Amino acid sequence: MMSAVPVYWFLMLSAVLFALGVAGFLFRRNIITVFMSIELMLNAVNLSFVTFSYQLKQVNGHLFTFFVMVVAAAEAAVGLAIILTVFKNRSTLNIDEVNSLKN
Amino acid sequence: MDVILFLIFAIVAVVCAINVVVQTHPISSAVSLIGVMGSLAILYLLLGAEFIAAAQVIVYAGAVMVLFVFVIMLLNAGAEVRRGRSLMVQLLGIPLLISFLGLVAWFVERIYPPTARVQFGGFTGGTPRAIGQALFTTYLLPFEVTSILILIAILGAIVLARKEID
Repeated sequence: MMSAVPVYWFLMLSAVLFALGVAGFLFRRNIITVFMSIELMLNAVNLSFVTFSYQLKQVNGHLFTFFVMVVAAAEAAVGLAIILTVFKNRSTLNIDEVNSLKN
Repeated sequence: MDVILFLIFAIVAVVCAINVVVQTHPISSAVSLIGVMGSLAILYLLLGAEFIAAAQVIVYAGAVMVLFVFVIMLLNAGAEVRRGRSLMVQLLGIPLLISFLGLVAWFVERIYPPTARVQFGGFTGGTPRAIGQALFTTYLLPFEVTSILILIAILGAIVLARKEID
């Protein structure tokens, strides 16, 4: 059993990736990079789902991962269309300059 | 063997994820994100999720990231300008993240003792056959709702990309 990986290593890797995704989401100013950080967080959660699925010996976690992937693909399509529209109207990708709702 | 495989791809994933966050140019972030997704696909294989590993490579590393790279190229996005952040963010940002990580690590360590282990081949229920069976029996309604979601997303993307908003 020495060659086996402890289950919590996978969960720790998932937590590290999620924390990095949160850091990118909060600290970055480029709208595309912020969007990529969201994808990173979704991937981290997917790893957790698959790990729990292994631990409980059930296939349900894989199904959740599958649905998360589908939603992420739809989100990427709509989000990038929104980014295109913002860039067409504002000619900027900096999220600090898109603040017309503020004043 | 499993431990070596896990360590290699976990380190690749973490290094690429750090690269996603610290790189200033979006295209470097996108390429690093592809690295994260590829190494996660290997880890899914280790956990016995064959179908999910294939879908990860095809859908995420393939379709979604091509869309990202396409938009970055189309908008000719340049490197991000670094500007001074507020003092509170500089002082509290990293410690808060580390404490969040420590809290999660503590919970995980409490819930999963080191005796619970992952071995390659320990779970073989992730085949396309098993997933298809679950998808078309237990999860039939979510599956159908998903198709409507994708239809709405396609319509939304077309309308957004076409219309001029002033």
